[in-house]
Amino acid sequence: MYRETEILKQPGAGEPDVFGDMIINIGPQHPSTHGVLHLVITLNGETIKKVEPHLGYIHRSIEKMCESLSFRQFIYVTSKMDYLSSHINNHGCCLCVEKGMQIEVPARAQVIRVLMDELTRLASHQLWWGAGAMDIGALTPFFHAFREREMINDIMEETCGTRLTMNYMVPGGVMVDVHPNFQGRVHEFIKHFKTKIDEYDELLTGNVIFQNRVKGVGYLSKEDAISYGCTGPTARGSGVSCDIRKLYPYEVYSKLQFDEVTETGGDCLARYLVRMKEMRQSLSIVEQLIDNIPEGDVQAKTKAVLKLPKGEYFSRVETARGEFGVYIVSEGGTTPYRIKFRSPGYSNLSALDHMARGGKIGDLVAIMAMIDLVIPDIDR
Amino acid sequence: MPSLENIANNIHQWLNNNFGAPWPMLIEFAIVGLCIIGLFAMLGLVLIMMERKVSAWMQLRLGPNRVGPVGMFQTAADTLKLIVKEGMTPAGADKFLFNLAPFIVMIIAMVIMAPLMFAKGLQMWDVNIGVLFFTAISSVSVIGILMAGWASNNKYSLLGAMRSGAQIVSYELSAGFAILAIVILTGDLKISTIVNSQADGWWIFKGHLPIWIAFVIFMIAVTAETNRAPFDLAEAESELTAGFHTEYSGMKFALFFLAEYVNIFVVCALGATLFLGGWQPLHFGTDTQFNQWMDYIPSSLWFMGKTFFLIFVIMWFRWTFPRLRIDQLLNLEWKYLLPISMINLLLVTLMAIMGWHF
Repeated sequence: MYRETEILKQPGAGEPDVFGDMIINIGPQHPSTHGVLHLVITLNGETIKKVEPHLGYIHRSIEKMCESLSFRQFIYVTSKMDYLSSHINNHGCCLCVEKGMQIEVPARAQVIRVLMDELTRLASHQLWWGAGAMDIGALTPFFHAFREREMINDIMEETCGTRLTMNYMVPGGVMVDVHPNFQGRVHEFIKHFKTKIDEYDELLTGNVIFQNRVKGVGYLSKEDAISYGCTGPTARGSGVSCDIRKLYPYEVYSKLQFDEVTETGGDCLARYLVRMKEMRQSLSIVEQLIDNIPEGDVQAKTKAVLKLPKGEYFSRVETARGEFGVYIVSEGGTTPYRIKFRSPGYSNLSALDHMARGGKIGDLVAIMAMIDLVIPDIDR
Repeated sequence: MPSLENIANNIHQWLNNNFGAPWPMLIEFAIVGLCIIGLFAMLGLVLIMMERKVSAWMQLRLGPNRVGPVGMFQTAADTLKLIVKEGMTPAGADKFLFNLAPFIVMIIAMVIMAPLMFAKGLQMWDVNIGVLFFTAISSVSVIGILMAGWASNNKYSLLGAMRSGAQIVSYELSAGFAILAIVILTGDLKISTIVNSQADGWWIFKGHLPIWIAFVIFMIAVTAETNRAPFDLAEAESELTAGFHTEYSGMKFALFFLAEYVNIFVVCALGATLFLGGWQPLHFGTDTQFNQWMDYIPSSLWFMGKTFFLIFVIMWFRWTFPRLRIDQLLNLEWKYLLPISMINLLLVTLMAIMGWHF
């Protein structure tokens, strides 16, 4: 499936030319890598010949750590992977444990989980929008995005106790019931954000400079997106249908009215538009659920110590960046024998070299911005 | 009308009466030099403060508000910090060029202020090639930037400097053509003549559409020439961290920073002089009552008001637009602005020959 680019076919392409080329390190400390990602790029003038990501600067061996933590404890470590969608990471892990223990999650907990997931997705996309615009050179959108993100963080703080790594989900439901103010504040947020998302479009989407910066940049065909294992908006921008919420619905997603957003452009603009439309979809999901939270328990009755039966378990969820998979091998004890996380950022990053070749340095920054990299998610 | 002309003349006469042959001139040099240095420092402080307040206003923030009333002394505090900071020279750098570059950039920013007419009669040097002097000197500043980029021995700096070189050399053309449009209408390169020619109306009102086009092109070109967003590719903090001044710290960095702001002031002052009438007050043809009222506003206020309005516009650009890519930047100049300004120049020439302007 791997499609060779024009540059790859030339003999010696991608290798530095002794006289003309310049090898330049972007990162590990660089404003546009959003963390400690190290890119070694080979430049010919301003044109990129090769991009080589060097990973591992923030590797904390979370998978190994999880092997010594119980089935209740390991969930909280996963908040620190993709810290912008920590709720959804926790959700994936909970789903896997629940599958193994065959726990039935109460209806109220299911709805609260989905609500929290979608609010997290919105917050993550807002941060992406601001930070992406900043990479492309517009500094103002960042502050506009943070205004709305702050409201979500406040909602999270009230209900979960923290603002970023919430650790709200437990096997069998959620830790505590939502705060009495929750519904009111979410309504307030919906009302506020509905006008502001149009402002986002006015400020950035229609800007001719922005359009020029992202249109036709970092082209990734459908075949390439599949063969690199891209998921989430990165793949959906290339026309791949890969929304786990639609394809393998979990919790109450099968009962909800929402569209899977795909674009066929395959360039940065398509990825941008997918995320912008996803924000509207998430908003509509929150709107559908917020008045329909059923009464009941927020947590199923579970044993104090969970022991997964011997076997292998897998679950997947859709984070803000793509498909997040959890694979647990249990030997029947209180801790997992082996855990593997399939993080979306790692696969999406692997397509970076393919997308950036032949572009300019400015294009590389735009491509990285539109992939929406979170480095702890890549390194784990 | 209050004027500074008499004060300058009085000082000049007093000096001539009291001192021997070379002294009056030397003392005047010293006074003017001190004034320029003072103005340079003041402008830096005021413009940086203004930038921070304007950006804060556009970004839903408050901006600096702790040091002094409404944060007035924040830039002074920042400058103090930069002065006491060590001015590092990297080990691999070309020490001579590395340390020379900020001074070249700064000196050019100062020299370029010479023919500016700040108010009626307040001008340091009414040279007969005034406008040409601007274009000639402003193109030298690219040498300082290239020098800084090359001498830093840093790849980011080098890339930034090369971008800056390509950009300034290209955009000077359209800036020059836009300036030429006014020169054609005025028939003189002298700043004072250009300002006086606008006594009965600014060129932006008298010159019809071609002057509007020239004005817009001028604003775009000078934004690019001063390396301001959306044309800040030489710095491009998300791509090249800080571009040509990545390796600079302390006061050497501050000099680049100050020079950038003074350059903005100079190009905006030039724009105000050429298109908006310099220190000339706003006059409407026959409405003498209105014209008299306008005359009561001091000419220096008119000049500064127009200049700061243009500076605000340039800041507005910066906090609104994303950055262009290098090839798009050059395309914009060579494929759009340059042909348009050439044709526009022909139109202006036709207008001047036929006497179609007011």
